[in-house]
Amino acid sequence: MNNIFILRKDIDPWIKRMAEERTVFAPVHEGDAVVYRACDSGLRVELDTMPTTSPKEIVFPQNETLLTYTRGSGNEDGSVGVETTETLPSGKAVIFGTRPCGARGLLIFDQVYNNERIRDAYYAARRENTLTITIACNRPRPTCFCNSVGGAPDDSKGSDIMLYPLDDGFVAEALTSGGEELLALAPSSPAGEKAVKAKAKAGQAIETMGSPMDLSEVRKKFDLCFTDLAFWEKHSGKCLSCGICTYLCPTCYCFNITDEGSEEKGKRLRSWDNCMSFNFTAEASGHNPRSAKAMRLRNRIGHKFVYYPELHEDRLACCGCGRCITACPSSVDIRNIVKAVQEYSHE
Amino acid sequence: MSNNNQLLPQMATVIEIVNETANIKTFRIRLNDKAAMNSLTFKPGQVGQLSLFGIGESTFVINSSPTRMEYLQFSILKVGEVTQKLHQLKVGDQIGVRAPLGNAFPCEKMKGKDILFIGGGIGMAPLRTLLVYMLDNRDDYGKITLLYGGRSPGDMAFQEDLHEWTSRKDMETVLTIDNPFEGWDFEVGLIPNILLDMAPSPENCVAVTCGPPIMIKFTINALKKLSFPDEAILTTLERRMKCGVGLCGRCNIGEKYVCVDGPVFTWAELKLLPSEL
Repeated sequence: MNNIFILRKDIDPWIKRMAEERTVFAPVHEGDAVVYRACDSGLRVELDTMPTTSPKEIVFPQNETLLTYTRGSGNEDGSVGVETTETLPSGKAVIFGTRPCGARGLLIFDQVYNNERIRDAYYAARRENTLTITIACNRPRPTCFCNSVGGAPDDSKGSDIMLYPLDDGFVAEALTSGGEELLALAPSSPAGEKAVKAKAKAGQAIETMGSPMDLSEVRKKFDLCFTDLAFWEKHSGKCLSCGICTYLCPTCYCFNITDEGSEEKGKRLRSWDNCMSFNFTAEASGHNPRSAKAMRLRNRIGHKFVYYPELHEDRLACCGCGRCITACPSSVDIRNIVKAVQEYSHE
Repeated sequence: MSNNNQLLPQMATVIEIVNETANIKTFRIRLNDKAAMNSLTFKPGQVGQLSLFGIGESTFVINSSPTRMEYLQFSILKVGEVTQKLHQLKVGDQIGVRAPLGNAFPCEKMKGKDILFIGGGIGMAPLRTLLVYMLDNRDDYGKITLLYGGRSPGDMAFQEDLHEWTSRKDMETVLTIDNPFEGWDFEVGLIPNILLDMAPSPENCVAVTCGPPIMIKFTINALKKLSFPDEAILTTLERRMKCGVGLCGRCNIGEKYVCVDGPVFTWAELKLLPSEL
């Protein structure tokens, strides 16, 4: 498809135009963090830093209302009826300025939330009305490892538009018809030779990253080390079970369902949950199949690198963004754990 | 489910409540939408999510039989927040239901086999649905034996059923409690020990067991001692669940989700999964 060039100063008017018909979620500074916020003007949009939070919240909010309920005053027979109302989201959105790893995270979500087996009504309503505009990564961070999990700093998979940065602007390429429509709203000029230059630059970014990890044995070795609790205790020892890794992760999709309000009136919410918490699997009887932190970490690693691939054609449920590494208060590094599984041998 | 939003419950009315033991009650419910109730189908072993608005949702096996669709029945042990509140329900009260969920017992594959039921405590609930189903299709199955145990006579649920089952000529019923109790005329002893004494033949027989995790473990040991093949031992698992549709991430054992791939598993299947029971 045709490549066009958008000057940095024209990003703001472009967002403004897109925002006429869609909610545009773009990265902005908030305190020390860069987070996605609904923008109708791109003035404060941060284009050069990978956002602290992942774009998953746009299609899978931190909490959302599944239904509202009201208890009636009473039926003729003396019983009391309850009315429930489904609260499906509506409206179109744009995710502006994710990195390729974030777009990949959404594809990992799709496999679970919108497939032949199940279509999660809430997720699908958002996802099917959301377009993704991705900025290629020219400067991967030391914690980035997308090149180990099937991604790359210039990977266009899952994006409707790719933006390749140059100093004064972006070479833009639409990859879907939805992307073409959005791109038509941008003040632009033909990209000409800039296209080759910008794409070459993005393509070279992978060379600044560490060499890809060898994960070829992880699934086989995971079976071997599963019952070696000392191994998992060693790797989970400093974990505080705080869950920041799960909340920032573009692919962590576990949730809780809770009711908020009284028995008379209220709403049922779905909220992000944290598999590293003791309560996640604690049963009312007192039994807990993952009672120890070591077991919970084992499940988290297992889910991303063994169980999910088992169910989804060998694809990993990790996009290599490194958010869990940068945000962990006790410096747990998922790369070291996966590497240790890969290199596991019986003592 | 009639609704394509699988997280949205249908409303139902409690039509009957049976006090089974001091802490187990049986609830019979009917969907308010008559057409939905008439078209509802499920298979023995499948579960449902019951919800009390403002309190929460929990998963229970549907322990009525699909051969008797006047109502859906759930037998509930009072343990946590939701079940405490469920026990306060009265006839006529409203309840949310998402059902059926999960897999089922392989009733078709079990045809022509002898069936050995081994239930402990509230673990009798998922066995009841299959037992009633098989009794209603009696000619399809061979010899039917039930071994059911509780801590004490007062812990034995399903008195109405037990009365029928113990008097039926086309099944054998063995009841046991943990310790001797005045007036108790049946067996005394732990389920796995009674099972070994009974020494049922594994020949053309399928064993179906459910109960507390520790009882399941020792019952499977006993069945193995009796030379039951792994494929001929069925159990149904319990896990904390929220969504019931394979999304929320709680009930997995390895890549299997108890809510969609279970709750029914053969011992052969469970042995292949990571040991995280």
